[in-house]
Amino acid sequence: MRITCPCCGARGIAEFSCLGNAPPARPADDAPEAAWVDFVYFRSNPAGPVQELWQHVQGCRSWLVVTRDTTTHAVLKVELASGAGRR
Amino acid sequence: MRYSIVNVLKEGLAGQQGWQAAWRDAVPEHRYDVVIVGGGGHGLATAYYLAKLHGITDVAVLEKGWLGGGNTGRNTTIVRSNYLLPGNEPFYEHSLKLWEGLSRELDFNVMFSQRGVLNLCHSDAQRDVFARRGNAMLMMGTDAELLDARQVRRKVKGLDFTNARFPITGGLLQRRAGTARHDAVAWGYARAASALGVDIIQNCEVKGFVRDRDRITEVETTRGRIGAGKVGLAVAGSSSLLAEMAGLRLPIESHVLQAFVSEGLKPWLDTVVTFGAGHFYISQSDKGGLVFGGDIDGYASYAQRGNLPVVEHVAAAAVALFPALGRVRLLRSWGGVMDMTPDGSPIIGKLPLDNLYMTGGWCYGGFKATPASGWCLAHTIANDAPHPLNEAMRLDRFARGRVIDERGAGPRPNLH
Repeated sequence: MRITCPCCGARGIAEFSCLGNAPPARPADDAPEAAWVDFVYFRSNPAGPVQELWQHVQGCRSWLVVTRDTTTHAVLKVELASGAGRR
Repeated sequence: MRYSIVNVLKEGLAGQQGWQAAWRDAVPEHRYDVVIVGGGGHGLATAYYLAKLHGITDVAVLEKGWLGGGNTGRNTTIVRSNYLLPGNEPFYEHSLKLWEGLSRELDFNVMFSQRGVLNLCHSDAQRDVFARRGNAMLMMGTDAELLDARQVRRKVKGLDFTNARFPITGGLLQRRAGTARHDAVAWGYARAASALGVDIIQNCEVKGFVRDRDRITEVETTRGRIGAGKVGLAVAGSSSLLAEMAGLRLPIESHVLQAFVSEGLKPWLDTVVTFGAGHFYISQSDKGGLVFGGDIDGYASYAQRGNLPVVEHVAAAAVALFPALGRVRLLRSWGGVMDMTPDGSPIIGKLPLDNLYMTGGWCYGGFKATPASGWCLAHTIANDAPHPLNEAMRLDRFARGRVIDERGAGPRPNLH
């Protein structure tokens, strides 16, 4: 599996660290407890394309939103997390 | 027909004509009291204990491929009960006790070999942590022994004690732990369950559930619709996909874990050695192959195969621990899909519907749990309430803040 970092180009995954699912935004601080339980623990975990947060830890250290197929490991899209509307 | 020395001799003289198929290859009926999805060890064990202990024999086990062809055939066959936390240890100790009598119980040799599991430690701090875990195990009634470096040296030949980064200072040994033959576990439970009247239906993939409000009434399969009084899921690796068919979300992420077998060697390693600091563990199978593996790859996957950086990492750890392995050739490698939970512990219990239950979330520790997982799920289905042994493993523990986090790694499935 190789990921094409927008800053550094195509690199092997050993250079990257996977944080996990890129879930929708955090619930509001005063959101009901159920929303927080779902955000912290529950996952949609699809067999197919999924959005994940990866960091290019042994390169430019950028945070990336990677769209990847969990059944084939094909990397479909890579964007800077900041560009994808994430801080 | 019982598998006994008398029958072996009789059949030997009679030209081996009298043996019957180990289980009936059943055709699905219209409806069952209980439908178990998943014909691996856990599903078959559930069906067996439902019939044996709870008198529920109108049971079907649905398997999409062949028996034991999923994670039951993709593990490294290690059985142990060396856990720290009260939510885990009694359950795994119960499982180990069931393993100790399993071949006799099922009349099928599961080749359970109590060759011990040795966890190596490399510093005073790590030894203290092991001492704590060993003491917890002793207090909860299982066996544990703390070895110093000299005792480890006597027990296992070929270890590199001079590794500068991870000098071996001792280890925690559970002598009653060991390995078993994975296929035999599935076949043994299938044969025993089938003899009690359970229908085992292979090549029958579940495609969906028919719901009437909060009840599942029918299971849609590739071999037609099957009515169900209660439904149990035993499909670790794919739990999220089956739950989604029932309209539910689970605290699970699927990850790939790789494992390896070397070419066959003469008897060389008579115990299971784990090198946690290097993400590596190894044992030797009865055929002579070294069976070993490491950690999960770390990204979500249903692909049943991993990537090369982990292969390299595991190989490096192998030769760091046992330098003599440098010339051993790899026979094959494979990947299994793990239900990784946010606390690293399994989920056995009722799901938020009236008649749906699951055993899953096994992370990479499902094989050893096979007997107790089926035993507890059968109890939970029969009584519509958990047994004290799986009470702590309920799904709602996450909402209640009662996680069972052995590693203290927090709610990230890929860190457990």
